[in-house]
Amino acid sequence: MEKILVGLKRVVDYNVRVQVKSDGSGVETDGVKMSINPFDEIALEEALRIKERGEASEVIVLSIGTADSQQQLRTGLAMGADRAILVETDTSADPLTAARIFKAIIERENVDLVILGKQAIDDDNSQTGQMLAAVWGRPQATFASEVSLDGNTARVTREVDIGLETIEIDLPAVITVDLRLNEPRYVKLPDIMKAKKKPLDQIPFAELGVKSAPRANELQFEPPEGRQRGIMVDDVAGLVAALKDKGLV
Amino acid sequence: MSKVLVIAEHNGAALNPSTAKCVACAKQIEGADIDVAVFAASASAVAAEAATISGVGRVLTVEREENDPAIAAILAPQIAALASSYSHVFGPSTAFGKDIMPRAAALLGVNQISDIMSVEGTHRFKRPIYAGNAILMVEAPADSVVVATVRTASYQAAEGGNSAAIESTTVDVELPTHTRFVEVQTGQSDRPDLQAAARVVSGGRALGSEENFELIYKLADKLGAAIGSSRAAVDAGYVPPETQVGQTGQIIAPDLYIAIGISGAIQHITGIKDAGTIVAINKDEEAPIFEVSDIGLVGDLFSIVPELTDALS
Repeated sequence: MEKILVGLKRVVDYNVRVQVKSDGSGVETDGVKMSINPFDEIALEEALRIKERGEASEVIVLSIGTADSQQQLRTGLAMGADRAILVETDTSADPLTAARIFKAIIERENVDLVILGKQAIDDDNSQTGQMLAAVWGRPQATFASEVSLDGNTARVTREVDIGLETIEIDLPAVITVDLRLNEPRYVKLPDIMKAKKKPLDQIPFAELGVKSAPRANELQFEPPEGRQRGIMVDDVAGLVAALKDKGLV
Repeated sequence: MSKVLVIAEHNGAALNPSTAKCVACAKQIEGADIDVAVFAASASAVAAEAATISGVGRVLTVEREENDPAIAAILAPQIAALASSYSHVFGPSTAFGKDIMPRAAALLGVNQISDIMSVEGTHRFKRPIYAGNAILMVEAPADSVVVATVRTASYQAAEGGNSAAIESTTVDVELPTHTRFVEVQTGQSDRPDLQAAARVVSGGRALGSEENFELIYKLADKLGAAIGSSRAAVDAGYVPPETQVGQTGQIIAPDLYIAIGISGAIQHITGIKDAGTIVAINKDEEAPIFEVSDIGLVGDLFSIVPELTDALS
């Protein structure tokens, strides 16, 4: 196979405890550490391993957003991607518009396989991969924990609620990845230096001729209702008594 | 007038409880007519079960060989075809619904509202974002169909006792052959299903090994509980992935949740915050799990858990 396309979304870092702004207009992102969506790192790692096994010749990383996303693309290039594309938009793209953007890039680049994270940890939508497969009219294998390629087909094991499901899909196709697929590599300093010389194309959204999808209005953000801290007991007898008190045992 | 189509989740023989939870959510839309769609090779048993859910007006069955087992690329175009006479199409926010519903939404040219936790109007919904660190109220566009997944942990299953009409229907769409089911491997367990269980006993990294999880199994069996786990325990290989509770695992709402050796990362907490009572057993008194637990016990799980199992006779 020739090309694998991987999506890299810039999101608030996994370890940041996100705070809702006091006026309910959004969440606080000023001065907050931003990173590649962790699932997308796993997607990129898988693409790189496929290439390193000689089963693909090029790995392209794509991000959608402001110029700030170049940072995440550079990290992707340092991990080993061959080149990067940034589709420039002022605001974050909704999942269906993102899917349409991916499709436009797929058509430009003649991509054989798209690997995405199963969800982004900011919006927690878990939609873009499935939507891309729909608008592209190609197979989807979501929540992948194992991927093997055999010519023009892929065999993918998926994490589902009752266990592990395996499906076979024809390429080209979309795979979205779950946590257990692999452990992404660490970026080494020389790779960061090398990544600076790799190509990063910037394409204004308007140039792609993609129609924006209707999107929901975000009316109000609020902090979640917290749970109250309860009682502490000293020993098992105290625990059993407390459970009996609540009629739970 | 709202007309809601709920996509039934089932295994070919029995309905998944997630379906009645989606109906409960649909019932929050004032004055809504609610239909349930059963896509199957042979739908009668599942349809009969769906017809008993209170609030359901009709059960529509779409029988095709290709519908068993459920594959997103096969079901989505059929859902999209049925959607034309509905204002809303709901599915559960389970692995089944998360796979299929966005594909159907894209075919309908709309974004999906993921993980509805409450209905605030015909087009207004609340949903969690950032692993539940923020709740967002959204308003879907008024002039297009609302495709949504329902956060099942936010809803009690709608009651039974109904006898809705069952109608067989056909949808005239071409189905792809590019996606083929191979097999499914399920953990062989007689224990209750994690999603449906009233009690869950969950173990974390502190268990230290697959063998030590036997302590969790014994306590769970004493309580008739399902097995849960933290991501760390799954990553370490102590338990299979389908036991993982949290942002990227299963979101559950049992009456009783016992967290053993789980520190309580926000990603885990988001999976249990609708539980009735949370019990935490952990050796670290500073562990964040105690911030959200109703009953906490600080100590060594290797002595506490066997003692607790014995005490519950």
